Amino acid sequence: MSSNVPGDLKYAKSHEWVRVAGDVATVGITDHAQHELTDIVFVELPELGRKVKAGDSCAVVESVKTASDIYAPVSGEVTAVNKAVVDEPALVNTDPYGKGWFFQVRLAQREELDKLLSAANYTSQIGQ
Amino acid sequence: MLKRTPLYDAHVKLGGRMVEFGGWEMPVQYSSIVDEHNAVRRAAGVFDISHMGEVSVSGQGASDFLNFVLTNDVKKLAAGQGQYSIMCNDRGGTIDDLYVYRLGEQQYLLIINASRIEPDVDWLRQKAAGRNLRLENVSDAMGAIAVQGPRAVEFVPACFPDTDKLTKNQVTTLNHEGKTIHVARTGYTGEDGFEIVAPADTIEKIWTRILAAGHAHCAQPAGLGARDTLRTEVCYPLYGHELDENTSPIEAGLGFFVALDKGDFIGRNLLAEQKANGVKKKCIAFKMTDKSAPPRPHYAIWSTGPKASKIGEVVSGTQSPSLGIGVGLGYVPPEFATRGMNIDIEIRGKRSPAQIVKKPIYQKQKV
Repeated sequence: MSSNVPGDLKYAKSHEWVRVAGDVATVGITDHAQHELTDIVFVELPELGRKVKAGDSCAVVESVKTASDIYAPVSGEVTAVNKAVVDEPALVNTDPYGKGWFFQVRLAQREELDKLLSAANYTSQIGQ
Repeated sequence: MLKRTPLYDAHVKLGGRMVEFGGWEMPVQYSSIVDEHNAVRRAAGVFDISHMGEVSVSGQGASDFLNFVLTNDVKKLAAGQGQYSIMCNDRGGTIDDLYVYRLGEQQYLLIINASRIEPDVDWLRQKAAGRNLRLENVSDAMGAIAVQGPRAVEFVPACFPDTDKLTKNQVTTLNHEGKTIHVARTGYTGEDGFEIVAPADTIEKIWTRILAAGHAHCAQPAGLGARDTLRTEVCYPLYGHELDENTSPIEAGLGFFVALDKGDFIGRNLLAEQKANGVKKKCIAFKMTDKSAPPRPHYAIWSTGPKASKIGEVVSGTQSPSLGIGVGLGYVPPEFATRGMNIDIEIRGKRSPAQIVKKPIYQKQKV
């Protein structure tokens, strides 16, 4: 099945997406990731105010079968978390780039964005 | 090299996601675990269980032999009946849990776990030496399919005549298009259903036929993921989780399947001692009481209160699709194994509240 990879987002190799608006990055997991994980039943988000470094494990998603770590694609302070996915984890399956977002980070090192993958590169990474 | 069942190509064609299980390459799911789980609880699911092993035991000495190597009493079975049983080592530990079908007066078929075929057959051969019987490992020659769910009875008899007359645990041997097959009213999901054991070269045809017949009855193929959530909800043991060579059926809560009154059998002394004087660990079922991450195997179980301590370990755990909460099975010392007792499950360094509950965790609503 072919996954949706929106062209206006940046991607981490570990299957998180980043949407940048000003100095705030919104983070979620990709359509490919939610499809691989299958039915998501639990999401654990970072604490507000936590300072994450790119590559830090900072959230957890659990499907019926397994638990998986979610890594911060960029460094910075967590300024918002999406409580809706905690209450309704299935949003990650149904709307991974919209209502299924995880958290927002105030970018500490903007140049990190250049290390992320473009939609085209991510698409080839997942073998489509 | 992973082994494949005769249905490997059929699974790939159906979009099955193939994973390793007990040395086999098996479908963990086709659509989604929750979807397939719900199909089995509400309508029907069709599982490839060809990875499971089959051992044929026949001859004059077959009944006495099986009563010596297994804990349950095969002499309670008439021809055409099956029973769940345990094969123990000399220490009362579990070599395997299995199903015994009595096909004829002196003819039995054992259905054993895929991951245990070698140790089981070695053990059985060793114990059968000098006895008047024929023991044959027919695992490679046979395949098997489980059709599980309340609507299975609506279409399985259309494929295999008169199987609707089978009652729970009954098994019948049929001539199906010139081949001998066995159809049993058994399963591993807590639902009504059938298990079909047939020659490996007929399995794909039977699979296709059952799926076609079941289509109008909302049946769908189901993978090992749903098989695991279904059996966990009804607290059926899975070898390697609830059972292993250091765990007895008494500790696992399977005393009902240990017939101490049938005479001597392997492990009897230890099992009798445990039944009389108690055990050091007991298998409990629990539900998470707050919203939490699902429990998983190897998570620590804690007692609660001011003197809280680690008391045991989770052996099976998942999010229950039927109940919408985390559920699991674990081992704790008997003094903690009390229904209604509050416990904590340690999940990534944090303790989450749970409660010990009656088995099965999920009980079908009587209509």
